[in-house]
Amino acid sequence: MSQRMKPSLAVDLHGLRFAHPVLAASGCLATGHDVPALVDLHKFGGVVSRSLTLGPSKGSPTPRSAETPSGLLTAVGLQNPGVEAFVADDLPRFVKAGVPVIGSVAGASPEEYIRVAQALHRQPGVVALEVYLGSSDEERGGGPVYARLERVLEVVGAVARLSSIPVFAKLPPLVPDLVGTARACVRAGAFGLTLVDGVPGLAIDARGLRPKTAVPVGGVSGPALKPLALAAVYGVARAMPEVPVMGVGGISTGEDAVEFLLAGAWAVQVGTALLVDPSAPVEIARGILDYLRDKGIASPADLRGRLRVRGG
Amino acid sequence: MKRVRAEVLNARRLGAYHSITLVAPEVAERVRPGQFVSIAMPEGRTFLLRRHFSIHQSSRRGGWAGTLEFVFDPRGLGTGWLAEVKAHQFLDVIGPLGKAFAYPAKLNACLLVAEGHGAAPIYFLAQELRARGKRVDLLVGAEDMDHVFKPIEGKRLSQTITIVTADGSLGERGIVLDALAQVVESTGAQVIYAAARRSTLRAIAELCMERRIPSQMAVEEPMACGIGLCFTCTVPVIRKDGSGYDNLRACTDGPVFNPARILWDRWMGDEPRLAPTPPEGFPVIRSWPG
Repeated sequence: MSQRMKPSLAVDLHGLRFAHPVLAASGCLATGHDVPALVDLHKFGGVVSRSLTLGPSKGSPTPRSAETPSGLLTAVGLQNPGVEAFVADDLPRFVKAGVPVIGSVAGASPEEYIRVAQALHRQPGVVALEVYLGSSDEERGGGPVYARLERVLEVVGAVARLSSIPVFAKLPPLVPDLVGTARACVRAGAFGLTLVDGVPGLAIDARGLRPKTAVPVGGVSGPALKPLALAAVYGVARAMPEVPVMGVGGISTGEDAVEFLLAGAWAVQVGTALLVDPSAPVEIARGILDYLRDKGIASPADLRGRLRVRGG
Repeated sequence: MKRVRAEVLNARRLGAYHSITLVAPEVAERVRPGQFVSIAMPEGRTFLLRRHFSIHQSSRRGGWAGTLEFVFDPRGLGTGWLAEVKAHQFLDVIGPLGKAFAYPAKLNACLLVAEGHGAAPIYFLAQELRARGKRVDLLVGAEDMDHVFKPIEGKRLSQTITIVTADGSLGERGIVLDALAQVVESTGAQVIYAAARRSTLRAIAELCMERRIPSQMAVEEPMACGIGLCFTCTVPVIRKDGSGYDNLRACTDGPVFNPARILWDRWMGDEPRLAPTPPEGFPVIRSWPG
């Protein structure tokens, strides 16, 4: 073992390849056509688009965000230009930067999910789709799609059937049977899973006797979410070690990312940390490389299954 | 927009506020009034998000060349931490951010209205307007004397200054809106600039619409990122062609907006009572943002 190990950060998710395993999570990178100069897109492993609806969506009233202990509560309400405008105006910027794009698909009905996915899956530069299941299910009188397993499978199945590229289902950690739901998504045709979506949260301004965000209950992201996300990744990856899992939730350092890879993730996504530090994905990738070099491990993929669980 | 590690040159108290002056030549030399900087919080704390502050001063020349100053009210976790920052510490700074106030080409008499630490960017604007030969009058409001930002500086920068405090400890007792109409009359204001709470801005905007006075306002919306990524700080702004409105980001499309184009009902949290219409015939100065 005298030779110095030269690890590579490249990852291969059954043919879906990224130069390194750190992607920008959905909703944390504007729309693409006005990404600030501080963000070195071409150095990211990939980017997940804002969740896209068929037509433009104005989103919720403000305030839309509140800082919470070790986290961020947001209730943006899927403001986005609509899939057509995204493809016309925003996608070309990502493509020009040479960064692989995962299109995040949203909708108020299975029909809308299908039409958004149809508009995305053959676009050059879009390498995969991610199905956002937190949309309000208008056909079933509201509530998130993920709250009803049969709707999750209907939506994920429909998108997977039409898509010519891999489809990831993005699940929150708090569904009743996460591993069962994940398994059902894969059976319905999902190529992989993105774990986890933010959890519902509420922040209150006691002095003003009102919620801190205009829509009271939003999604919590950031480090507060990390242990929940790690448990979700660990559980699902252990049950289905052959299914690609992207870990997301509170990753802000290389060490955080390594923890997700050890828990069984094939790649990771960075959201809240990107809002604080526009170069976070690049720094995190560098941190993973340092870790691999120190440990003499050849590739991020070799971290999967390395977690030493007593009696496990 | 640059990201720099900037040394704190000076950190001091100013009445109820704190002021920090940074050595950041790459940022300072581009700064214009209305723009802001974004400051990272320390790692390993429970408060993660960057904080955003309007710029109060930037010096391009002289002994303070390459510095910029911002002011804050240390009421929260992040500002509480910043209030403990000492000279020679370094801060992670992104700036300058946002769109600045525009200056009128022909109109002369400018009334600048500020509440609380809104006076910090407004004084910067006053200085720039004065340098362009404009008449500047100030209307400054605060809860009490301690929260009146640099009253002597305000006096130096203006033709007239009207100060109101909620408790009457300095100037007249009341809020800026109590004095507004009278000050507009007495100063012959042709242009109004403002930095204040949403409800105050709305009332000023209504007066401007009524009297057809062009105006620009710096809004304060909670921002998670400050650099245009997160879409949390939006303001509903009517399109130029009147075909509807868009939720524009205060951080990149603002924080300075033309109040005639803000869809106030919507922004105040009510459903819009009227269909958005273009501010027809409303005096707009060319190059006015928003």
